[in-house]
Amino acid sequence: MTNKQTATPYDADVAIIGGGLVGLAIAVGLIKKNLNVVIFDEGDQAFRASRGNFGLVWVQGKGDTCVEYARLSRLSAELWPGLADELSAVTGIDVQLEQDGGFFFCFSEEELEQRIEMLKSMRDAQDGDYPFEVLRQDELKKRLPDIGPDVTGATFGPLDGHVNPLLMLRALTEYFIKRGGKFVNNGTVKEITPEATGFSVVSEGQTYRYGKVVLAAGLGNKALAPLLGLEAPVEPNRGQVLVAERVEPFLQYPTSHVRQTREGTIQCGDSKEDVGFDEGTTTEVMAQIAKRAVTLFPKLAQAQLVRAWGALRIMTPDGYPVYEQSQQYPGAYVVTCHSGVTLAAAHAGPIANWIAGEGFNLDFSMEVFSAKRFSV
Amino acid sequence: MPNVSQFNRLKTRSASKVEVFIEGEKVEAYAGESAASVVLRAGMLPSRTTSVSGEGRAPYCMMGVCFECLLEIDGIANVQGCMTPVVDGMEIRRQNGARALMTTAIETKNQKAEICHPTKNSELIEGRVAGEV
Amino acid sequence: MKYELAVIGAGPAGMAAALNAADQGVSVVVFDEQAVAGGQIYRSVSQPLLADEKILGKDYYYGAGLVNRFNKRLQGDIDFVSNASVWEITRDKEINVSVAGQSYTYQADKVILASGAQERPVPFPGWTLPGVMTCGSAQILLKSSAVVPAEPLVIAGSGPLLLLITCQLLRAGVKVDAVLDTTPSDNYRTSAKHFFSALKGWRYLAKGLGLLLELKRSGIRYISQASALEAKAGEDGRLSEITFKHKDQRQTLPCTTLLVHQGVIPNVQLSRSVEIAHKWSEIQSCWHPDTDEYGASLSHPDIYVAGDGKGIVGALAAEISGACTGTQVAFMLNKIAANERDLIIEPLHKEMLKQMAIRPFLDELYKPEKAFRLPSDNTVVCRCEEVTAGEIRSYVRAGCKGPNQTKAFGRPGMGPCQGRMCGITVSNLIAEESDLPIETVGYYKVRAPIKPLKLGELAQMSKQ
Repeated sequence: MTNKQTATPYDADVAIIGGGLVGLAIAVGLIKKNLNVVIFDEGDQAFRASRGNFGLVWVQGKGDTCVEYARLSRLSAELWPGLADELSAVTGIDVQLEQDGGFFFCFSEEELEQRIEMLKSMRDAQDGDYPFEVLRQDELKKRLPDIGPDVTGATFGPLDGHVNPLLMLRALTEYFIKRGGKFVNNGTVKEITPEATGFSVVSEGQTYRYGKVVLAAGLGNKALAPLLGLEAPVEPNRGQVLVAERVEPFLQYPTSHVRQTREGTIQCGDSKEDVGFDEGTTTEVMAQIAKRAVTLFPKLAQAQLVRAWGALRIMTPDGYPVYEQSQQYPGAYVVTCHSGVTLAAAHAGPIANWIAGEGFNLDFSMEVFSAKRFSV
Repeated sequence: MPNVSQFNRLKTRSASKVEVFIEGEKVEAYAGESAASVVLRAGMLPSRTTSVSGEGRAPYCMMGVCFECLLEIDGIANVQGCMTPVVDGMEIRRQNGARALMTTAIETKNQKAEICHPTKNSELIEGRVAGEV
Repeated sequence: MKYELAVIGAGPAGMAAALNAADQGVSVVVFDEQAVAGGQIYRSVSQPLLADEKILGKDYYYGAGLVNRFNKRLQGDIDFVSNASVWEITRDKEINVSVAGQSYTYQADKVILASGAQERPVPFPGWTLPGVMTCGSAQILLKSSAVVPAEPLVIAGSGPLLLLITCQLLRAGVKVDAVLDTTPSDNYRTSAKHFFSALKGWRYLAKGLGLLLELKRSGIRYISQASALEAKAGEDGRLSEITFKHKDQRQTLPCTTLLVHQGVIPNVQLSRSVEIAHKWSEIQSCWHPDTDEYGASLSHPDIYVAGDGKGIVGALAAEISGACTGTQVAFMLNKIAANERDLIIEPLHKEMLKQMAIRPFLDELYKPEKAFRLPSDNTVVCRCEEVTAGEIRSYVRAGCKGPNQTKAFGRPGMGPCQGRMCGITVSNLIAEESDLPIETVGYYKVRAPIKPLKLGELAQMSKQ
């Protein structure tokens, strides 16, 4: 509970609906501006993409058909060290950010060629400022000695990296609480009403009033957005992550399919960070993920799988985020994306600035992220 | 504590014996006895160190629940000792911390995968019992 | 490989379920992790190593009859896959099993989970030290290897199995230095109300009294109302002594092996992984699947639970429970009519009532002391990831409302045991710290693989 007195009739300046990585990062950004923030969060069994993700802070290949998204991703990656330092300073939690570059693997010549073409076109769109390297099997083997013989090649993005997403969730939470943020837990929000000024939110029978409302409820945004004259056409897209036991360090870079955490556990996923949908039955998908991991690093065949998660990605029709303020009810915002880890530093920075009404110093307009693009 | 006593064997019915190696030392065992049981009799406590803090641990539940009895068996790391019946010549070692992944998978001399095809259960059972006892 | 019924676990419940279903013409496959049938209770009973049958006693050898009846059917109408680790059961009843390093998929119309019980995790300071083991583990060593624990030996805890293993070890000539009975004095008062109904289960009462007398006659040191148990390591990192409180005085005993026990709880790993509904039993202080009188899940039409896995009943009752569930499955598969089913099940139900008469008394009497359910802050709760009770409490204060959130915060439940050793304690701690009912707090979301599985083995399952 915060002791700060607000000069408004509101329970807090801003209410954020959703306590995942997206909602928390924005909350942290708003709190830094001395705003009073409340987060409405669901209970233990809620769908939580924040608990089921792969931890990549990823730039390469993101936004191949949307130059603004490419820039936002890169900007966020650049802002990440600052966020990590700040989280560590306030909470003492090291989120294990490493940004030494990352590999994207290709399993056929055709796939590799397409990949190179795509990255080249992105480089052109960024006026040549888009670093990446192409490594074929023999060069790749020098960098990653354990790579399997059936990997055709990889692209290496020097800006890519990873964090421990669970520590990140915890650090954001602790930061938020330490700086006076307040959680309303276990309350599934069903009613948000625009008032003459501000908004009222009903959760579990209680009514609260806030100056602004930010919808960061992931899949929950779809039902909530229309209440505020907004749209969030999101659908669930299941992604699965396999986690194998702790082993001695053997892989120091994050990759598109496998990464080793600092604890030594191996995460295998099918990072669809920059490609489309992923469907299939659980066992078959798990087996395919395992197969790809073993193809990449044959010695992983011996590693014991101890956990598997399925998590639901939050996908818009084109896969890009929605950031939009309601024209009908100014002060209501919707934020929806599937890259809550990569974009966290942007959410805690320029996106929070925009919500705080301070504008943002990005060299592109937020218009491109409006959900109106889907109704054209 | 000098000469800590060990887990001891009581009088048994006749059963076939095998020799296994605990950290290279020969130990007599009964076919079908679990590797964890042999470890306890040989006094190899702790039988592993954890990959988190390096703390020593030893068999605890003996029924496959706790995963404290992880051992290196015939070169394969992190094998549940209480669920692994010993066979002649088995080499059992302490599991120290996180395992290293070998560059090539080790084929154990005691590997018995070829016996098994669970479609025809009765054959499977006979095959396995014959192979092990 | 398709069957009408798949039974997971070949203990008394699983064997009885398979036999009764097969009796009615159901095609059955049974899976078990061990090489032979018997479960933990009748472990190795078909080929016992121990020469002296007096040590384990006749209740154990009774199991040989059931195992033999089961084994005889293996040439005929029951398929048994041994050394089989079931690592996934899907909601569509696809069963993935690992045998000798290779995985296979089975399909069944009905599934009976008979994966039994596990000992209640007993966290206290020092419970992770080499030399601290469970009473159940000592019994398994006796049954399967004719092996007894290193001395000096202390046995601490509460419950029928504690008395039984103590007597069995004494019969085996083991020197038991002390028995520390941690049963809280209050339990004698609260259990008294169930005593008269327990008289219907006089056989069990008589057996319990017999064990107590046996202990008394042996002259062993028996310390009632012991509390605040702690285990301490010597220089070699192994258990060297234990301390405890008795009559407000702290006492120390040198000790090489400490056997602990606080009763048993259903093994819910499989039932949780298929996402059938579970309930919390206050009197047994544990989770159990929510089922009807035949063991049918109330939330999945084709999944059944039999034996201790659906609530602790004991070996004989588990066998009856398996027989009922197996028969009910035959009925649901239209192998028998309702009246035929009732003819079989009615006498079983009657016998079940007799078997169960003593349960409320036992459950109340042997309810674990609070310190074991809600350990002190410095006690390790998650043995795999080495997370303490104090850390879990701090995650609750940081906003975690349930065990899946604490898992994300500090990794409890993420190690190789997959939460089996900490799950119940973590839920209890969260409920205490957040002042919420444990049913609201809930349990870990348990997902396949429910046993560790080599990535290479899983990779081979891919059809692509």
